Amino acid sequence: MSTSLRTLAALALMAFLILPLLPLAVWSLAQGWRFPDILPAELSTTAWAYALSPQSGVLESFGITTLIATATTLIAALVGLPAGRALGLYRFRGRGLVVLLLLAPAILPGIAVVFGLHGILLRAGLAGTVAGVILAHLVPVLPYMTLVLAAVFSRFDPTYEQQARTLGATPWQAFRTVTLPAILPGLLTAALFSFLVSWSQYLLTLAVGGGRVQTLPLLLYGFAAAGRNDLTAAIALLYILPGLLILALTARQITGRNTALVSGARP
Amino acid sequence: MTTLALHGLRKSYPGAGQAAVHGLDLTVASGSLTALLGPSGCGKTTTMKLIAGLLTPDTGEVTLDGSPITPLPPERRGVAMVFQNPLLFPHLTVAQNVGFGLRMRHLPPAEIAARAQDMLARVRLDGLGDRRPSALSGGQQQRAALARALVLQPRVLLLDEPLSSLDPGLRDEMRALIRTLQQETGITTVVVTHDQSEAVALADRIALMLDGRLAQHGPPQDFYRRPASQAVARFFGGTNFLPGRSESGQFHAALGALTLPPGAPEGAHVLTIRSEALRLRPGPNPVSARIDAVTFLGTQTRVTLTAQGVTLQALTTPDEATSLSVGAEVTVSLPPEALWLLPVA
Repeated sequence: MSTSLRTLAALALMAFLILPLLPLAVWSLAQGWRFPDILPAELSTTAWAYALSPQSGVLESFGITTLIATATTLIAALVGLPAGRALGLYRFRGRGLVVLLLLAPAILPGIAVVFGLHGILLRAGLAGTVAGVILAHLVPVLPYMTLVLAAVFSRFDPTYEQQARTLGATPWQAFRTVTLPAILPGLLTAALFSFLVSWSQYLLTLAVGGGRVQTLPLLLYGFAAAGRNDLTAAIALLYILPGLLILALTARQITGRNTALVSGARP
Repeated sequence: MTTLALHGLRKSYPGAGQAAVHGLDLTVASGSLTALLGPSGCGKTTTMKLIAGLLTPDTGEVTLDGSPITPLPPERRGVAMVFQNPLLFPHLTVAQNVGFGLRMRHLPPAEIAARAQDMLARVRLDGLGDRRPSALSGGQQQRAALARALVLQPRVLLLDEPLSSLDPGLRDEMRALIRTLQQETGITTVVVTHDQSEAVALADRIALMLDGRLAQHGPPQDFYRRPASQAVARFFGGTNFLPGRSESGQFHAALGALTLPPGAPEGAHVLTIRSEALRLRPGPNPVSARIDAVTFLGTQTRVTLTAQGVTLQALTTPDEATSLSVGAEVTVSLPPEALWLLPVA
């Protein structure tokens, strides 16, 4: 593709991604915007001031959502690393079944899972707690993490680890100094997507959190249902912040020549 | 200086019909360069991994100077292994790769750098330490991998087919380098190879493995002059085998009675003579034969003959072969000192 065509395509993509966000920006600053006005009559920052004030709970919710998404991602990585390694490197009996079971939560609609899950967490005394929500988020997050890592490990040559061991590395040293650098791009990509999957959970959080764990999506729906378009727009802009940040950070990983899933440790 | 010994080492893989290594006993002399030779699938790489600790034997033991290392994990055995592929870690520079094992031992960075530098010079990679492994040629990568193992001053060094991934021109260079470094350091070294000429050119001693068992162990010359079995003789290019009976210095077979060298054992045996020792002119133990084929092989010419229904092969110089024509009757001789008796089975 020629450079000018490529630039044109990039611009079109950016327009496609960014144009829908413009009305949000306008809404968040609008003070009474009625049909058929093209622009609001007055602009004001009251919605932003309220959204960023402690009374609205938006910042607190932002913190809780970040905490839940971070914890979910870390736990998923700890479970997904050995599982993805086994799936990526070894052919064993029942491997297909394991993959199917892993994919199941990603295929099944959340609403099918949520009642049973809620019952279990209720009995465990975890319903309505942050820990319970984290456990619930692991259900849709783990498949992503594990399957991406399986793809990463399938391109990793475990002989490198054996080589490290015969040069005096303990299993942990071999993992840290040889395996981890080789899989790091893929691990980061998997972690960022896991973070986003958890970040955008609505149904699971609502059901398991029972309204006591107020993540951003819940707060957002609350204000939208109340018809506060200016506040909804301001929170929505805060809500998409991590997504945009992650997109910017991983754009090269996903599209570039050094795509994480393709570049491995092989010489 | 370390003596490596394998005692009744046995390893089978789940699902595989027969064991990869059957009760292997082998003592590798301290400071020697031993080639573990065998065709592919004979269990030599499995043996290597059992020594390195990458596999656990079903039964048997590996000892260094008499003390068992079998219960130890690979990193605590003092055994360094260089794989068939250089396996340089791609995210580290060449010098960092060479210093890898020292870093695992938590040596001071300055000492690691100095020792890596010194080792790189010894494998003639001075000045390339700051490069990425991918910037090195295949031969350079192999030398860096060798340096990375040698810098640890291991008690035993294992090299798995170190020459097989190299171009023929680079092989001689690498072979000479391995030999030089091994003699300078005196590290007990085991080289795995499937190529008998490579084993002969490189090693002090050869341990030939056939079907998971040790077929013969000794200096390279023995495999030509005194093979232990027909299988060993065949692996080293032997083609002439003649079943018969040894009685009071004479071998009675289809070719008539042949005079044996002094001290030859009695009884039923298979007689062998290397094709380069068979003379295409009259002499001791003369035999009349007809020439079936003359094949030019470059530096040598192979002559295929039939004598009393027995097929024999001789190797001769191209000059000598010019006078030979297919179908001609010739008298060949089997010098007694070149005859060797093998067990029947």
